[in-house]
Amino acid sequence: MSTAPTMGTLSLAVLHTRYQVLETIRIPVAVIGNMLFPALAMLFFVVPQRVVAGDPVSATAATGQLAMFAVMSTCLFSFGLGAAEDRATPFEPYVRTLPAGPVPRMIGRMFTGAVFALLGLIPLVLIAWLFTDATVTPRQAVLSLLVIVGVALPFLGLGLGIGYSMSPKAAIAVVQVVLFPMAFAGGLFMPPEIFPRWLDAFSQALPSRAGRDLLVQALTGIDPPATSIPVLLGWGVLFAVFAVWAYRRDEGRRFR
Amino acid sequence: MTAPVIEVSHVTRRFGAVVALDDVSLAVQPGELVGMLGPNGAGKTTLLSLVNGLRKPDAGTIRLFGGDPRTPASRVGLGSTPQETGLPPTLRVAEVVDFVARHYPNPRPTARLLEQFGLADLARRQTGGLSGGEKRRLAVALALVGNPALVLLDEPTTGLDVDGRHMLWAALRDYHATGGTIVLTSHYLEEVQALAERVVVIDHGHVLADDALDVVIGRVAVRRVALTLPDAADLVALRDLPGVVDVSEVGNGVNRVELLTADADALVRELVRTDTAFSDLEVRSASLEEAFLALTRKEVAA
Repeated sequence: MSTAPTMGTLSLAVLHTRYQVLETIRIPVAVIGNMLFPALAMLFFVVPQRVVAGDPVSATAATGQLAMFAVMSTCLFSFGLGAAEDRATPFEPYVRTLPAGPVPRMIGRMFTGAVFALLGLIPLVLIAWLFTDATVTPRQAVLSLLVIVGVALPFLGLGLGIGYSMSPKAAIAVVQVVLFPMAFAGGLFMPPEIFPRWLDAFSQALPSRAGRDLLVQALTGIDPPATSIPVLLGWGVLFAVFAVWAYRRDEGRRFR
Repeated sequence: MTAPVIEVSHVTRRFGAVVALDDVSLAVQPGELVGMLGPNGAGKTTLLSLVNGLRKPDAGTIRLFGGDPRTPASRVGLGSTPQETGLPPTLRVAEVVDFVARHYPNPRPTARLLEQFGLADLARRQTGGLSGGEKRRLAVALALVGNPALVLLDEPTTGLDVDGRHMLWAALRDYHATGGTIVLTSHYLEEVQALAERVVVIDHGHVLADDALDVVIGRVAVRRVALTLPDAADLVALRDLPGVVDVSEVGNGVNRVELLTADADALVRELVRTDTAFSDLEVRSASLEEAFLALTRKEVAA
């Protein structure tokens, strides 16, 4: 029996993206919740502090930190929890029996995540623009968008690794345990300049801090520590290996 | 001779300490309509999940159209069904069909497929709002949308009413008449009888029987004869009666026994001929489950 060729990866990736976006926007509260948290954090914690909000560099850096948080949170929640939840539905194993490899689905997930992560940044940037003295040049803005995509990749790997290795209940606990301490220690809620020495040193070994420093550099021109890029790359490789390992061993739901 | 559509050789699959499939070998040729029968937990679903590439065997090999089912290219000719509860609830019926269709190079037109499965009026409905029977019909329609050479159906008509079941059977017969290969699992002897040409009986991870429909049906079509005896039952003597495959005591205090037999008529005649005292005679056809248990015990004893 002759084996027909499968459909092109690109057209399948477009198809998966379209349907994942469709599924997500049919539950609008999920989209709104995603957009709200970083914007509210900006409104309550940055805007009232005139020392930060009134200083162009500090205000821009604070916006960058929260943008980093928004992207990290989207990666961990929508990929980590999203993949774990999908695997728990009987439709996901069915989709895996269709003649398509994992790549279109992964690409679909990445684009869907990117679309909603960027949507989540819109209210944050609007608030920063309207209520603080944060400022960027058009060149900095474009560069920052590229940097955001780059620094999101390691967290994408971490999210997928969690999503494909755990049940939804375990994934939500792990995502929360990972996200908030890593955001705090990475200087996403408070600027690392006010950290004690030991915490600052520890912080610089974290991917959240490295991502934050690179993003703040793109936005404000403040030089990051020399370790930022190697630290981010190192975690990136580790998380990518984790994601691939988790996907390969996964056979859908498993019960013992 | 053409190459088999499915070739399973010496496959073993464990889940922890449980052996779901134990050294199973099986081949399905193009155009066959195979029914897989077996009680819950027999290993049918595990076998399908190996053939559709969802799981890997611990030992042995699985070939689908001559290739590894875990590579997407091997699955271009394969159609399978999600579990009825497994449709994405926010997507509309036509959207789900379209999504699946676009994975295949030569899909059936969505509108005609929905028509055939009586779903045309529901095309704009979100799948979360469908009844159980409608979901089941949609699930089976998804198996056929890609114009596959082989479809795997796991309990295709569970939860359907009589009309829904006959509509599905008709659709499957049409598909088979155009040369399609079907492997289906079922709890219902009736369903396997209505559709299958070849029957594979699986239990405890073993293939107990693999033969033409009527041959297998003859083996599992047992009757249950219950009767009350005046004295304590001599189980050994009862077991020697015509066609008896299993004897069990059911009475609490009364000497009531149940016999599973392939030939209830001969059994009753023999009881009468030997002037055996009995009362409350009851004869009914055994359920598929009982038939399997009998068949299984006989295999173990043999």
